[in-house]
Amino acid sequence: MTVFNYDSTFEGLLTAIFDAYSRRQFPDVLLPSPDCVSPSHPAHNAFGSVSSPSLPLFSDEIHNVLTDSAKSGRVWRALLKKLPKEVCNMLFYGWLSEESGVDMMLFRYIRRVFDEPATTSSVATDFSDPDILRVKQLALKVSHECEHIRQFTRFQKGGDAPGNDTTTGPADSYGAGATYFAPVSPRYNALPLAIGYFRDRFRDQRWLIYDIKRRYGFYYDLKEVTEVTMEDDAHLVAGKLDEAMMAADEKLFQDLWRTYFHSMAIAERINPKLQRQHMPKRFWALLTELQ
Amino acid sequence: MKESVISKLKVLAESAKYDVSCASSGTTRRGKDGHIGSATGWGICHSFTADGRCVSLLKIMLTNHCIYDCAYCINRRSNDVPRATFTPDELVELTLEFYRRNYIEGLFLSSGVIRDPDYTMERMVKVVRELRTTHRYNGYIHMKSIPGASEGLVREAGLYADRLSVNIEIPREENLKMLAPDKDHASVYQPMRYIHQGFLESTEDRKKFRKAPKWAPAGQSTQMIVGATPETDNEILRLSTKLYNVQGMKRVYFSAFVPVNSYDRRLPMLGSPPLVRENRLYQADWLMRFYGFGAGEIVDDAYPNLDLEIDPKLAWALRHPEKFPVDLNRADYEMILRVPGIGVKSAQLIVAARRHSRITGATLKKIGVVLKKAQYFITCGEISEGIAPKNGIIGDLHPDLVRKVLTQKRPTSRRAQSPDQTTLIFPD
Repeated sequence: MTVFNYDSTFEGLLTAIFDAYSRRQFPDVLLPSPDCVSPSHPAHNAFGSVSSPSLPLFSDEIHNVLTDSAKSGRVWRALLKKLPKEVCNMLFYGWLSEESGVDMMLFRYIRRVFDEPATTSSVATDFSDPDILRVKQLALKVSHECEHIRQFTRFQKGGDAPGNDTTTGPADSYGAGATYFAPVSPRYNALPLAIGYFRDRFRDQRWLIYDIKRRYGFYYDLKEVTEVTMEDDAHLVAGKLDEAMMAADEKLFQDLWRTYFHSMAIAERINPKLQRQHMPKRFWALLTELQ
Repeated sequence: MKESVISKLKVLAESAKYDVSCASSGTTRRGKDGHIGSATGWGICHSFTADGRCVSLLKIMLTNHCIYDCAYCINRRSNDVPRATFTPDELVELTLEFYRRNYIEGLFLSSGVIRDPDYTMERMVKVVRELRTTHRYNGYIHMKSIPGASEGLVREAGLYADRLSVNIEIPREENLKMLAPDKDHASVYQPMRYIHQGFLESTEDRKKFRKAPKWAPAGQSTQMIVGATPETDNEILRLSTKLYNVQGMKRVYFSAFVPVNSYDRRLPMLGSPPLVRENRLYQADWLMRFYGFGAGEIVDDAYPNLDLEIDPKLAWALRHPEKFPVDLNRADYEMILRVPGIGVKSAQLIVAARRHSRITGATLKKIGVVLKKAQYFITCGEISEGIAPKNGIIGDLHPDLVRKVLTQKRPTSRRAQSPDQTTLIFPD
């Protein structure tokens, strides 16, 4: 049995594919391994911290994949040549599902893409292949979760007064320039996919969106978005800004929003099942209107 | 912003909530530096109230004072309800602060009519102008156009708003006049024409000049109240076809009549709003917009009302057994779309998958096509043994029998099934 150890990042997976083709040897098992985490690629990966692997009983050949962005880039560009862009994105979406075994599934998928002669119909629609079907389904789930992040993320305005910084946005627009904080706790690791939306929409306010389950987030400083992990994130993980950190009018607007939300329901049409179907209970804890 | 705004917001939200239009779709607009907001083409629902309806836009009235006395409306002049009015600045601040917290996708501004239509419209235009120009707001705006407002004001509104709408409310004019003596169809169709005209002109201009300003890029919509007056579904669907074709509507909404003024003798006494009928009308509306059905295929003089027990597509299929079974390996996409229980997504999957290999019952199950209804209307190779072991297809079954099976109430649990009752024809 051939085993490839890799750092359980998407780049690592692409490098593993490169290695497999250059060694002409294909793994039966992909294992996350701490040996492969290089210092230049800090350990933020799909499986949290890399634990020491347990090798299969009969492993005769073990190869350590060293993640190399040149190699993974080549594989990605080759994929883009072979597949439509949406399908390549779908592979990445599938990766973000963090499902166990998704790495091997993607490995077999990509291998099929490279091995199959260019035919008229794309590999991506052959749903009789269980890998292709499953990756597509996972990608769909991840993209739904991404839409849920866009829908149900709620910002709270932080207390730093706007106007004490010359780089703030236009001061004549209400609430511009302040810092807003939002906790999210998505089922799949879909936050990176939703950042483009927040970046595009909330341009003249600083914001921090923090994934309290995976303990990392994104911060926008009016110029660019950076990925952040915090040493001491206990106050963020609670999901609610401390009153001392809240802007003076934050409470009022939360009350206004709650009032609005509850007055919008039409008593004659109450239908809690429909409400939960569209807005599953798992999001309710972080929704301002339902607190 | 003062605490007193809370009570105003409550009053004006309660007044606005009976308008069913909610879409924030139709415009794609990237964010701009120094501006706040963007618009996604598909629209985003940010929350769902206890009645299961979405909160996408901040649906609010500028004021709920009104000079009209429409029988179906909660804000009619003769009603004794709390009244309130926002100042334009309060509404602007509320919109922006909500928007910045990702509570809402934009503003849906409506208003009761004060003094006269133009005076009201002017105040509404002032709010959206402030938002767009002074506050550099780049998000979605849906604005109601007041029936009877002048063309100049509608034109200005369209410069700032993404979508404009005028509600037709009651399909037949004599019924509208009976319930709303101050309104007639002319005052509703006139602003619709202005909007359609403005939209067409701007589309034309943008063909010539790439930078010509967009005018109400998400088009217009309207709503009809269902169940307040005796119109049939046939009339409603024919009118909505006309509205789509002639007035260029993007959406026609149906609002199940909620008896808010139950004392008014002109209105029917209803136990609860006709929610099922509303749902069937939306299903019919979808069939017309996305499935290539014509209004005449869904309802006609022989069947003037939609069947409340089964959906309109199934009803159509049962009336046309000669079109079935559909062979999934050969039929056109359009015909697959007409199979009850197969939607746009499933039809596309089927068409994509059959290029690789023959479709069998197992493939259908695997790609997630729901066969509960479809099984009676399709055939594909082994289907009669793989999927519907004893049920067969409509070729063998009488439509009435299919109908009976599909409308049968399933017992909720095994225990609810009486042990003495043998099921003869259709075991699971």
